[in-house]
Amino acid sequence: MLDTLRLTAEEAQGLLERGEVSGGELRDAYRAAIEARDEELHCFLTLVDGDDNDGVPIALKDVISTKGVRTTAGSKILDDYVPVFDSTVASRCKAAGLQLLGKTNTDEFAMGSSTENSAYGPSRNPWDPERVPGGSGGGSAAAVAAGLAPWALGSDTGGSIKQPAALCGNVGLRPTYGTVSRYGIVAFASSLDQVGPVTKTVRDNALLYGIISGRDEYDSTTVDVPAVELPDAQDLKGLRVGIPRELNEAEGIEPGVTVAVRRAIDLCSELGADVGECELPRSVEYGLACYYLIAPAEASSNLARYDGVRYGLRVPADNYYEMVARTRDAGFGAEPKRRIMLGTYALSAGYYEAYYGQAQKVRTVISREFADAFERFDVLLSPTSPTVAFRIGEKAENPLAMYLADVLTIPPNMAGLPGMSIPCGLSEGLPVGLQLIGAQFSENMLFRTGHALEQAIGFDTVPERLR
Amino acid sequence: MPEWEPVIGLEIHVQLKTRTKMFCGCVPGFGGEPNTRTCPVCLAFPGALPVPNETAVEWTIKLGHALNCRIAEHAVFHRKNYFYPDNPKGYQISQYDEPLCVDGSFVVPGPKGDSEVGIVRAHLEEDAAKTIHLGGATGRIVGAAHSDVDFNRGGTPLVEIVTQPDIRSADQAKRFLQLLRQTIVELGVSDAEMEKGTLRADANVSVREVAETGYRTRTELKNMNSFNHIARGIDAELRRQTEVWESGGEVVQETLDYEVKSDTVTPRRRKEEADDYRYFPEPDLVPLEPDWDLVDRLRAELPELPGARIRRFEHQYGLSYYDAEVLNGSAALAALYEQVALDGVDAKAVSNVLMNEFSATGVDPGTVDGTELGKVIAARSTIPREAFMRALAESGDPEFKADTYLGETLVDDASELEPLIDRILAANPGQVASYKGGKQGLLGFFVGQVMKETEGKADPKVVNELLRTKLS
Repeated sequence: MLDTLRLTAEEAQGLLERGEVSGGELRDAYRAAIEARDEELHCFLTLVDGDDNDGVPIALKDVISTKGVRTTAGSKILDDYVPVFDSTVASRCKAAGLQLLGKTNTDEFAMGSSTENSAYGPSRNPWDPERVPGGSGGGSAAAVAAGLAPWALGSDTGGSIKQPAALCGNVGLRPTYGTVSRYGIVAFASSLDQVGPVTKTVRDNALLYGIISGRDEYDSTTVDVPAVELPDAQDLKGLRVGIPRELNEAEGIEPGVTVAVRRAIDLCSELGADVGECELPRSVEYGLACYYLIAPAEASSNLARYDGVRYGLRVPADNYYEMVARTRDAGFGAEPKRRIMLGTYALSAGYYEAYYGQAQKVRTVISREFADAFERFDVLLSPTSPTVAFRIGEKAENPLAMYLADVLTIPPNMAGLPGMSIPCGLSEGLPVGLQLIGAQFSENMLFRTGHALEQAIGFDTVPERLR
Repeated sequence: MPEWEPVIGLEIHVQLKTRTKMFCGCVPGFGGEPNTRTCPVCLAFPGALPVPNETAVEWTIKLGHALNCRIAEHAVFHRKNYFYPDNPKGYQISQYDEPLCVDGSFVVPGPKGDSEVGIVRAHLEEDAAKTIHLGGATGRIVGAAHSDVDFNRGGTPLVEIVTQPDIRSADQAKRFLQLLRQTIVELGVSDAEMEKGTLRADANVSVREVAETGYRTRTELKNMNSFNHIARGIDAELRRQTEVWESGGEVVQETLDYEVKSDTVTPRRRKEEADDYRYFPEPDLVPLEPDWDLVDRLRAELPELPGARIRRFEHQYGLSYYDAEVLNGSAALAALYEQVALDGVDAKAVSNVLMNEFSATGVDPGTVDGTELGKVIAARSTIPREAFMRALAESGDPEFKADTYLGETLVDDASELEPLIDRILAANPGQVASYKGGKQGLLGFFVGQVMKETEGKADPKVVNELLRTKLS
């Protein structure tokens, strides 16, 4: 009997290669887990029956276009939308033989930190179903944590891979901007969106990153990527670890989170790393504000295509402008509407320089501040999320409190840097995520560091209540 | 009454004839069943991304060179946001404050010297889809019962050229556009046909008193689909503005349509105008940083352009401005002229034949062997007129050889022609009497009769002499 709660993708691949299990049996095992637990957790928006492939199963966040399989982006405006083409990451997964289990829940257009903004209702955290799994990629993170999929893909704009991974106790990588194709990813904020793997282990993460990364002729912002090295080192000898004060002492970080992260930092020293402090004053002070100008501005433009003319929802009316207005009013939830308003305002004549233009300048400052830090350090560590998983409804009525959930993941995202969250312990019985930030294209270093720490920490990724 | 000076600037859109669209692999669609030349990118499906067409970038640089522009080392695509069904993404990918080509000039030669028009910029963007609004009074979206959209054209590469307000008359605007069109066609980057919409032009028009230095409020004139309409539209708008100022009124900034039937301009409904396009750099594309070797190579490869060629023809072949301009009406005609003229045939004679008899045949000058045609033109006074005309008409045939026609000789034997002339004079006693009574012009009539009878083979010189002798 396959224990999907513990089986890693690497192990599943091994079973397949040795002929100890068939692709169909693997699929059946995950389908059984979904049958058993997804009614409660609501990770999946669409399940796929049968697939031409018979490799390791995978779940994809529902912003990732899949040919012939409904892709809603968590929105009613795309409720009946079935793409006629595969996103590049979906086709690379197919080419690698992976079989698609289904599409996972997300905040509407990936705008949110809890999945409560999904038009299809929130997903629940496998560690405590009264709590959120994080967001926007809460469906993928919860599915992996609950053994409903061996691994999954998410997308990260302000923290939508890293923060849910932290809250669900798994490994999430937001890769360097430009290493993974965005072709076919329902766009939220194009200069920040990046697809990445959500897995149980760092090695699984490296394997999946190897499958999806690399230059894509359909996304002209992609670049060639160094060959992925599967990590196996147990120590961190010679690694220079920086602890940015502002990211570790920010207001709102729970004491239990700080304790777990400190323990992980101490482990770095024990594993042979040189640990030192550094500062990122402007990145942390201005990062969030900057993000909430740039991301909504781009979103206001990216979401303009949902007009009821070519696909998706259409609410009829007497004329074109009225039809568009009614369609968008009925199709978009409160959060996309809020961000469209914010972004439209930030781009308007007379305000552009003060808002969007200024935010882009600050973004350059943030990039430089990080670049300076990477002169002295190979990797920077901080909590991924200031808190452990919060209760469903706790922040849903307060957008600003919700926005603060990403205060620690946003600064490196603004600089286009890769970041990984690995579980580093429990606080109040809930997982705490450790954020590892690297210089551009340093994914191999992140895998090495993450793997050594993962081994030393020995975190059990299976939620206590499911063991 | 003050004397008014027109101030005109043009905004020209040129559809490039690249094999594929600006940001996707679709074949651009003039013709084709509606909505068959589309893909996720040009229909703006969720997640589809633009990939720039490198040929379109090269051709824009080429055009920029032809307009004496500076090519930007760093150019940026921007999103121009507005809602309209021809714009599936909700934004058009265009260029804003960092266009690919800037600060150029374009010289239009004329009979009284050159006129130079400054070029503000030439930038690259994508064309909109085609919309047809049905069931409304105006044919516009407001008030329409039903609108159809054809996305075949959507995403076709489009170059926008903006001139300085250097143009001072409707006729100058027309001449500028005609020469620009020919330049674009000869560069091979567009068919630039106004009737097909592959070349479109709007005019920014204002007037000011002569010697005034500032500019007054301008209006934007649209909906003109031929060079003549543009000239007439500008004239109509100049008249209107002059009247407004002279009657103590004020010209307001607005967009106007030229209505051909009534020869007047009418304001567009403001509802269709977006006031704020919320431009911002297109995050799906990296900035254009053209390879400098390529930019240099494209400059070096630029052919001689029609404006310069007109002046060279005047000097090199001693032609009038008018002849030089007509011969440069197409690159092929100009090339044919040069081939013949350089073979030593009289330059003025060649120009006359090509502009008149040859052009009347409709033969494509690009298919003609100039050396063979030159032999025919050189022999034009020693072969029958009919043979000469036949040679011109057949000059485009692949097997065309001058010898076929040069073998035919003129009948110049007086003894052969005399009986014929006598017969013709006898048959037309009235005309003979008139001629003798002083109507000398009738000589042509008798020559014509002889030519008709001889099927054009009589030597006109001999016929003339014989007729004069017999009628005196």
